[in-house]
Amino acid sequence: MGTATVAVECRGVRKTYDGSGQQVVALRGIDLDIHAGELMMLVGPSGCGKTTLISVIAGILDQDEGLCRVFGHDLLHMKDKDKLRFRAANIGFVFQTYNLLPSLTAAENVSIPMILNGISRQKAQRRAVEVLERVGLAERTGSLPSELSGGQQQRVAIARALVHGPKLIVCDEPTSALDHETGHRVMDLLKQVALDEDRALVIVTHDARIFEFADCIAQMDDGQVVKVVRSSGQS
Amino acid sequence: MNYIALKMLMGDRGKYLGIVMGLTFASLIMTQQPAIFVGLMMRSYSFVTDVGLPDIWVMDPKVQFVDDIKPLQDTKLFRVRGVSGVDWAMPMYKGMIKARLADGTFQTCNVIGLDDATLIGGPPVMLEGRLEDLRRADSVIVDIDGARDKLARPSKDPAGKPVPLKVGDTLELNDRRAVVVGIAKTTRTFQSQPVVYTTYSRATLYAPRERKLLSFVLVKARPGQEVHALTRRIRETTGLAAYTQAEFEELTVNYFLKNTGIPINFGMSVTLGFIVGAAIAGQTFYNFTLENIRQFGVLKAMGAGNGTLLGMILLQATLVGMVGYGLGVGLTSLFGWSMRNTILAFKFPWQLLVFSGLGVTLICVFSALLSIRKVIKLEPAIVFKG
Ligand SMILES: Nc1ncnc2c1ncn2[C@@H]1O[C@H](COP(=O)(O)OP(=O)(O)OP(=O)(O)O)[C@@H](O)[C@H]1O
Ligand SMILES: [Mg+2]
Repeated sequence: MGTATVAVECRGVRKTYDGSGQQVVALRGIDLDIHAGELMMLVGPSGCGKTTLISVIAGILDQDEGLCRVFGHDLLHMKDKDKLRFRAANIGFVFQTYNLLPSLTAAENVSIPMILNGISRQKAQRRAVEVLERVGLAERTGSLPSELSGGQQQRVAIARALVHGPKLIVCDEPTSALDHETGHRVMDLLKQVALDEDRALVIVTHDARIFEFADCIAQMDDGQVVKVVRSSGQS
Repeated sequence: MNYIALKMLMGDRGKYLGIVMGLTFASLIMTQQPAIFVGLMMRSYSFVTDVGLPDIWVMDPKVQFVDDIKPLQDTKLFRVRGVSGVDWAMPMYKGMIKARLADGTFQTCNVIGLDDATLIGGPPVMLEGRLEDLRRADSVIVDIDGARDKLARPSKDPAGKPVPLKVGDTLELNDRRAVVVGIAKTTRTFQSQPVVYTTYSRATLYAPRERKLLSFVLVKARPGQEVHALTRRIRETTGLAAYTQAEFEELTVNYFLKNTGIPINFGMSVTLGFIVGAAIAGQTFYNFTLENIRQFGVLKAMGAGNGTLLGMILLQATLVGMVGYGLGVGLTSLFGWSMRNTILAFKFPWQLLVFSGLGVTLICVFSALLSIRKVIKLEPAIVFKG
């Protein structure tokens, strides 16, 4: 794995929130590398800064200090417009609560990232149906989120996160709203369908039952990465 | 993203209907109330419009509106006829005279006396009889509304309907006999009294004895004579007031606008409709955006820029605006149509479409701005927050 492309490179990343007069230091100098083709899990106690870190990595939150490069791009110093375009093309999101648009069908939800990349609605819809087939929802492409189970909704969300072929997929607690078995199936899917040799997956989780899926686990505490364990044994 | 914006909006049936209803209400009130107002205001001068034919109305300079009669001496008629550029000038009497009905009760009537020879200034539509029948002895023509209502004879059967005044019936005007020879249709005015047409000379007999009886001199300009120049010349040579038909109508309507509470009342209804509509629609639209704020955040995270989201919200506002406006205007037209045969004043000129269109646009812009502000300030990082 030593020769693998570095997908994400964080050096000395710091972030302090100015919440209602009180300053909260969320990240106190993060150093972390994530490789392409790797499924990395971020674990650690509540409030240690996991969500803050993946927000910085995904380019939806600016760090105060330090460097964060995603496939060589320094998002902090990008123009807003370029940053939007970069996110649209290269990042996929999976959330704990799915965050599907309730009035859109599964296929329409999945087609949004492609429409945001300037692909026509018809083409996007066709591709969305293909990806939904790959996550095992061929029969449910026309269903509204409210007509789907939690696991099915999360599968739609996974389809949405990978439909446009992004290089990085970030997931915040993708299995915590699901029961054990469904969570397992969702992780299987992420590992089998979403992971690719030039794509990295970062998954924030509390859920020890899914650690087996990780190629690499980064342990965080109080705004710092305290330990990185790669399944190949290096640290 | 347009398709997504529309689906987002229509997917939330309840809110969508709420917003559309608010806008429909606002647009209905903002067209229907002004339509009644315009209709009512046009009634103030409909007598002038009905007379139609003359170019110029000449009267005492102190007259403030069409029903404000300040009689002139009969000799003024000849002074006006003497002004160069006048093709013809005819006298008109207009005044309130008490009529004694067949059952002995009294009813004040609005008596119009027309030039004996030409009968210029007669009613716009004759329903029965002919205008020329006024040349017969003691003849009068009454308007249909008066004939059916205030001049009607009580039924012999106490429970029965009153019998309308008909051609051939008689009344007494100031103790003089008058025979109905025709029934006319006139446009409704502010005055609710029956209208009785007769000749000028007979009207002066019916009228209480006074030194001056000439209400108006109606003037036609010579072909090629510029009308405004002629009004100026009449004013200068006779010392009387002279207005074109349009000017006299304007004088009258302005009097009512200034001296009655009518504009304020309607202005208040319209303002209230605007405020209530804006409150309902604006509030619901804003709530709709707030409820979807997470979805907007997700779109932002996925790379949708402020411009894209702004476009989506504007499109949503435009859609509800157009549907609400269409429904409101449609309901107003329906209202006007269903009231067409009633006493209600209702006039729906195209300017009102523009007026209420602007009102609805204002509400939509206001609602959209509230939502747009919220969405533009939105941080995409909220998407990972529970
Ligand atoms: N918008 C904010 N304003 C102020 N403080 C914040 C904000 N977001 C996070 N924090 C604080 O920053 C710290 C790190 O938060 P973060 O959400 O990254 O933790 P986390 O590791 O994801 O926790 P959890 O496992 O509970 O989701 C916490 O102390 C939190 O209270
Ligand atoms: Mg978190």
